[in-house]
Amino acid sequence: MTTTAAPKKLGLKERYALMTRGLDWQTTYQPMEKVFPYATYEGIKVHDWNAWEDPFRLTMDAYWKYQAEKEQKLYAIMDAFAQNNGHLGLTDARYINSLKLFLTGVSPLEYMAHRGFAHVGRSLPGVGARVACQMQSLDELRHVQTQIHSMSNYNKLYDGFHAWRHMHDRVWYLSVPKSFFDDAITAGPFEFMIAIGFSFEYVLTNLLFVPFISGAAYNGDMGAMAFGFSAQSDESRHMTLGLEAIKFMLEQDPDNLPIVQHWIDKWFWRGYRVLTLVAMMLDFMLPKKVMSWKEAWEIYAEENGGALFNDLARYGVRPPLGWQQACDDKVHLSSQAWSTFYQYQAAAPFHTWVPSPEDMDWMAQKYPGTFDQYYRPRFEHWAEREAAGDRYNNGTLPMLCQVCQIPMLFTEPGDPTRICYRDSVYDGERYHFCSDGCKNIFDHEPEKYVQAWLPVHQIYQGNCFRPEADPTAADFNPLLEVITWYQMNVGVDNAPYEGSEDQRHFRAWRQMTTSNA
Amino acid sequence: MSVAAVTEYRGTPKDTQDQFHGAQLTYIGWIDHLMFCAPFAFPLPPDMPFGAIVEAVLPGAVGTHPDFASIDWSSVEWTKNGEPFTPDLSASLADNGMRHKDSLTFRTPGLTGVKGSST
Repeated sequence: MTTTAAPKKLGLKERYALMTRGLDWQTTYQPMEKVFPYATYEGIKVHDWNAWEDPFRLTMDAYWKYQAEKEQKLYAIMDAFAQNNGHLGLTDARYINSLKLFLTGVSPLEYMAHRGFAHVGRSLPGVGARVACQMQSLDELRHVQTQIHSMSNYNKLYDGFHAWRHMHDRVWYLSVPKSFFDDAITAGPFEFMIAIGFSFEYVLTNLLFVPFISGAAYNGDMGAMAFGFSAQSDESRHMTLGLEAIKFMLEQDPDNLPIVQHWIDKWFWRGYRVLTLVAMMLDFMLPKKVMSWKEAWEIYAEENGGALFNDLARYGVRPPLGWQQACDDKVHLSSQAWSTFYQYQAAAPFHTWVPSPEDMDWMAQKYPGTFDQYYRPRFEHWAEREAAGDRYNNGTLPMLCQVCQIPMLFTEPGDPTRICYRDSVYDGERYHFCSDGCKNIFDHEPEKYVQAWLPVHQIYQGNCFRPEADPTAADFNPLLEVITWYQMNVGVDNAPYEGSEDQRHFRAWRQMTTSNA
Repeated sequence: MSVAAVTEYRGTPKDTQDQFHGAQLTYIGWIDHLMFCAPFAFPLPPDMPFGAIVEAVLPGAVGTHPDFASIDWSSVEWTKNGEPFTPDLSASLADNGMRHKDSLTFRTPGLTGVKGSST
């Protein structure tokens, strides 16, 4: 009698070889270039897809198992947070506004990233890259879902959460993150990998997630914090994919370098402009502060990003254009952004406020030489006006940058007292930009950016009213109509924090948990 | 450069003057007054006298600034698309050579914002 040994369990390497690389085949009914029609038009030359390295060697079956385990833990924590009225353990209801900003501005981008990686995964001829993109696509779908679930608890209790998806396609400041991702997803697959996989997920992601998740932890939001931890292992896989993508392109052919370098320049600047929202969240919106934007920039951009670009120098890559300007502007960015939202409070679905005297001292300490000189007088002037019952609201629409779509609030490099103006004339039409970075992006592909849906111009064209609105009526108020079209609860969602329903409710509910009143 | 694309790629501008119901866009920024976070965008009739910018348009946008009442409009320095510019206040925007999406700035010598902070 003979016995056969039980078949050995496959090792990680063999499993990866069979269940990822082994799943690919050369098509015969159709030529490969028809199956992958977007693989060459961007000019990126690939000679050998087998050279693609996947350091994680994760196979789909293991992927599902890990993700399911994480999901179970995450939802247990979110349920506990909700059932125990976790929101009453927050430092202050002002914190909740950073969640409103995130839900309207960032969560819809997770969904777009899901679509983008699904598309790119389908378009790349190499199987290793395809499977990695498929996993990232699923991760991003999971992230948007878990963000919605962790924040939906607040929707029952606080204002401004109810129409985030509707708002994302319409509200003026949300055209900034929306147009950023629309730009990426309408690029070719290789540009998308540099735009989102490398520039956003590798170079800039820590500047987005660390402030958001640490901010949640510092301010008592277990739900958002648990989401962050659950996403963390995905994020490290995404960073690895982005880095592998850029190295692969650069190693495959020397002709790829100038194309990739231009994408790095473009997408660093596009991403950096979106992070303006994070800068103001860190410095102004968190009641209990984690670190300043300047400190975050120094650690995650200057140190980590600096080391990355040193490492990439061997391929001939240089740091992105605009890098130095971004480093110089770290002492101005958050104050300039918060000033903007404060004065356009009436058009934003979250609350704003003048920083308290203690918070202004914190800013002065974190930003010696700039806050007291340029920004304290502005906030103190507004505080005086508030005390006199005359809060400043800017009722006139701002000029926007054609590329990043942010109001032209950024100042000239080296002179924080002058707005930075740049323009180009293309095909007889004048276009305006906030920076050399945005002007360069336009000049490189003007046909793409002449189509920008600039909220201010669309409002003036009459395209931002409800169908039933009657602009010819004697009492027609166009700006009020726009806010209504945004689906904001006028006077509630877009009210100053002082005196808001959120402020009142939070105080009253907390009182009930700590006293018998 | 043209957009890398699989077919010919042409964009249709969304901001041409014909889409503004007879108005043309004019951007205006007040130098040294960054309490107003960005320059303003105004849809204005091309046959409007330039002086109406001073008398009717700007008061609604920046009139509550403490410096506003002290402006000596005869000493104000204008630029148009970054170049020095001397408007004829009685002539129309069109006759002043103003075109759709031109960008104006004005500087008010001696007035540099709240506590001289350019706010």
